[in-house]
Amino acid sequence: MKTENQKAWFFVLPVLILVAFNALIPMMTVVNYSVQETFGNNLFFWEGLTWFEQILRSERFHAALGRQFLFTFLILIIEVPLGIAIALSMPRKGFWVPVCLVLMALPMLIPWNVVGAMWNIFALPDIGLLGYFINHVLGISYDMTQNPFAAWVTIITMDVWHWTSLVVLLAYAGLVSIPDAYYQAAKIDGASNWSVFRYIQLPKMKNVLTIAILLRFMDSFNIYTEPFVLTGGGPGNSTTLLSIDLVKIALGQFDLGPAAAMSLIYFAITLLVSWVFYTVMTKDDLN
Amino acid sequence: MAKITLKNLRHSYMPDPQGPEDYALKHLDIDWEDGGAYALLGPSGCGKSTLLNIISGLLMPSDGQILFDDQDVTPLPPDQRNIAQVFQFPVIYDTMTVYDNLAFPLRNRGRDEATVRERVLAIAEMLEVTDMLDRRAAGLSPDNKQKISMGRGLVRNDVNVVMFDEPLTVIDPHLKWKLRSKLKELHQRVKATMIYVTHDQTEALTFADQVVVMEDGEVVQIGTPVELFERPAHTFVGHFIGSPGMNVIPAELRDGGAFFQGQNVPLEGAVKPGTDGRIEIGVRPEFVAVGDTGIEARVNRVADVGRHNVVEAMVGDQKVSAILNGPAPAQGDKVHLQFQQSQTRVYSDGWIATDPAPQEVSA
Repeated sequence: MKTENQKAWFFVLPVLILVAFNALIPMMTVVNYSVQETFGNNLFFWEGLTWFEQILRSERFHAALGRQFLFTFLILIIEVPLGIAIALSMPRKGFWVPVCLVLMALPMLIPWNVVGAMWNIFALPDIGLLGYFINHVLGISYDMTQNPFAAWVTIITMDVWHWTSLVVLLAYAGLVSIPDAYYQAAKIDGASNWSVFRYIQLPKMKNVLTIAILLRFMDSFNIYTEPFVLTGGGPGNSTTLLSIDLVKIALGQFDLGPAAAMSLIYFAITLLVSWVFYTVMTKDDLN
Repeated sequence: MAKITLKNLRHSYMPDPQGPEDYALKHLDIDWEDGGAYALLGPSGCGKSTLLNIISGLLMPSDGQILFDDQDVTPLPPDQRNIAQVFQFPVIYDTMTVYDNLAFPLRNRGRDEATVRERVLAIAEMLEVTDMLDRRAAGLSPDNKQKISMGRGLVRNDVNVVMFDEPLTVIDPHLKWKLRSKLKELHQRVKATMIYVTHDQTEALTFADQVVVMEDGEVVQIGTPVELFERPAHTFVGHFIGSPGMNVIPAELRDGGAFFQGQNVPLEGAVKPGTDGRIEIGVRPEFVAVGDTGIEARVNRVADVGRHNVVEAMVGDQKVSAILNGPAPAQGDKVHLQFQQSQTRVYSDGWIATDPAPQEVSA
């Protein structure tokens, strides 16, 4: 007879408590708000799924979601190939390796709101170095506070500047783990540079790239601080991404119910996309 | 297929080598005959992988030339030398099927699909991987992956030489002998020149017709497995090949004979005139017998290794091993050691210094 020891549960208890306080309880509060209406004074009225219906049918939500997907799509399509290209051109050994790594890591060490403020000042048409240069030296009209296109160019450039390094460092880690024998065998097999990339480097980087894309998707899809500091969602609503809109509804209009419902939908979309992507990318590894 | 000649080859990994100690390879002159099965044997760090990479073109030698059929290929990159190399860890292209892996070197060289198909199927048949052709190569076991690596080398029918760099390192022991005999069989079928690098004497001696023994960047002996075993040209070869290795016993030369602990030891032949330097007697444990007369010794240890007993005896403070097929003395026993004359030689500064024994006529 084997007696089962239940003591192990005690060891998980601290983690359960921690997770409860930093995730489960706040999350359940949001769920609670999402099905009720409140006018303050701690008075709540049951609303059922009304807010969810309202959000899902709201054109404002559709527009913000569309902008959000466009933003994430654009930064991924720029940062991933650019990151891989930079990683490929970095030295594999010698004096310059640590120099390159530190330079690459620098943008990621800067606090998000500082990045926003930096780029704000940098891109202002009259006093910013970049803004002044484009307007007065190149003679191209560029003002992110007036022109939606200029605002988009600026937030995309800022994100590329801030986060391409993450893709670079992960891709580089994948590249340096490839044994020399692979390159030697490819040389002997007469493989072209493209074949080496396609059949050796890319497959060996696949796992780290999956993680890189996943992290970049989640971070960019939930991005708030940088565009908020840079453009504040403007001009008009042109750079009002999902999270900026959410904060406007929750804290600007104090519509806690719709904001809570929107948060849950937002969360579900992030989770769903991440899950589908990860499942598709790793299904080959299972067999 | 080609004959490979190495001429005055030297290589240093330093940009500005000074003395011989800066060279990973110190002056090599070797001819590899077309279609031969060679092994390059030596301890780790002796320069055998360096030599292999120079032949394949992955490394450019500091000095000297590599000739394939008298044509200088020294400056050519690997893909223009038409060679194949199998590495220590199996290199396969993970995302391709086994078929595409085998076809890869041919497709890169622009062969048409019909030729590719014919060659791939033939090689797959030889390697017994036909039933795996449609599978993704990533899921294969290490020994099958290594087979595919070999296949990629053999699939081109015009390769000058196929080189193996310790290819069985990651293979399970019970599969090692299987792959080894497969290799031997492949060599007989494709008749390509093969060079097999290893530090494992069993692998070298079973695979090769000719074994090149290297130590410290130099070739110490080239010979058939039998020659290396029976008449090592250098004490290193004697010691490195055999289990246990040859007894190397400090001795002195006087009156034209060799003396060990004051006793004359009969030798296979005359000592070459003018021999001096560090004198040692070399005799393999297989040719040391225990008898009533001979050199007095005390048995230090007896190991029963199954087929025979390995007796470790002490003559003074000198250790001498003997392999005995019959009953072995016990530890602590006083015994007399006899060295078989035709297998006892003198080495001076490591190199053999006696004339060979006259050929024995077998009864």
